[in-house]
Amino acid sequence: MDIPINTEGGSRVILELIYSLKVRDVMTRKLVTASADTGMREVQQLMRDNGITGIPIVERTRLLGIVSIGDLLKALDQGQMAEPAASHMSASVVTLEEEMPLTFAISYLNRYEFRRFPVLDKTGSLAGIITASDIIKTLLVEMNREVERLEATIAHPQTIDPAASPGLDPGSAGTPEEIVLSLSFPTRQYDFDGAGKASAEFKKALKQLGIEASIVRRAAIASYELELNQVIHSTGGVMEYILRGGRITIVARDQGPGIADVQAALTEGFSTANNWIRSLGFGAGLGLPNAKRSGDDFSIDSAPGRGTTVCVTLNYAAGP
Amino acid sequence: MNISDFQTRFGFEAMYDGYVDAEVLGGYTSDLLSDVMSKAGEASTLVTIQAHKNTVAVATLVGINSIIICNSRPVSAEMIESAKAEGIALFRTDKTQFEVSGLLYCALRDAKA
Repeated sequence: MDIPINTEGGSRVILELIYSLKVRDVMTRKLVTASADTGMREVQQLMRDNGITGIPIVERTRLLGIVSIGDLLKALDQGQMAEPAASHMSASVVTLEEEMPLTFAISYLNRYEFRRFPVLDKTGSLAGIITASDIIKTLLVEMNREVERLEATIAHPQTIDPAASPGLDPGSAGTPEEIVLSLSFPTRQYDFDGAGKASAEFKKALKQLGIEASIVRRAAIASYELELNQVIHSTGGVMEYILRGGRITIVARDQGPGIADVQAALTEGFSTANNWIRSLGFGAGLGLPNAKRSGDDFSIDSAPGRGTTVCVTLNYAAGP
Repeated sequence: MNISDFQTRFGFEAMYDGYVDAEVLGGYTSDLLSDVMSKAGEASTLVTIQAHKNTVAVATLVGINSIIICNSRPVSAEMIESAKAEGIALFRTDKTQFEVSGLLYCALRDAKA
């Protein structure tokens, strides 16, 4: 069964939902498992008693494989119900990690023929299992909640707080130097499909303005590192770019969760990224140091619960 | 050395045809994208196993003109589309990063000599 949700385009509200929900928010933690030497007849009984269609085979908390209804039918057909689960389970299992956003589970269901995915925790131990019906149930509950919230907003419209809305700092308006460029792009946690778009647009704009290639390159690096930090670590943020008076200013502002130890975060090699983010080639602990090195000026303001604002500026020779 | 040499001299598989052929001035080998950003040069080639869209984004930003995916890693259609759109040549080989780096290093050194 496919889950007909567009994980790339689609409604912003739905996208925010499926990116903010994690696999661990949706998975079933109550696991029915069997060991490798459990007989297939016993496995069948477990499935029937618990009303489930797949049983993970484990050695303590380590996942060895999974026995599905299909595996069971084959064993039945061949009269091998007395044999152990180990010789009938599917050993190459596609797994998810509990920190992954729900979008991963949805695209896995649509991509693979499997109907359930065991979920592993940070240490690689089996933490739960996720099925299409888990996803649909949670999504319906969350969508209902969101629709109620939206209906309430329509009934009682709130005034927009200008300080909270992204864009130019109103205090800086009216200065004599003309703004050459002002761009702003939202980012979303774990949106690796969209990651880099802000920096690509920014780089393109700098190039079009005829700014020196080596400065464009440094600005693009700083921008990309900060953008990726928002995608990897924040709950979403905004990338803002302002060119004025021979200065390029990159402001990366996010809503949280904030950095506990800023000094450590600026140390090369320090990283809080989890394993699947590292497997994509990110989270090496080079991001902030790279951004800092690429700029002429660097400032960071962050505290847990408040979010993070990083500001990088680069000087450039304004046109003749 | 030109990008097309990857195909003709080393037998790497082009992930799409009709890429822009250009001179390759250097190379960098890494699977850490931040490391690539800070170290890879302009008009260089990237030797990696990171076969996804974000690698193309990094390449675009730092001026890498070609990517070589090693160990016959599966390359997603999205990555190919994105490389095509950004004008970055994309190849795949069953060789390791070590072997590819060695081949390219020698070819680039000979080209300069």
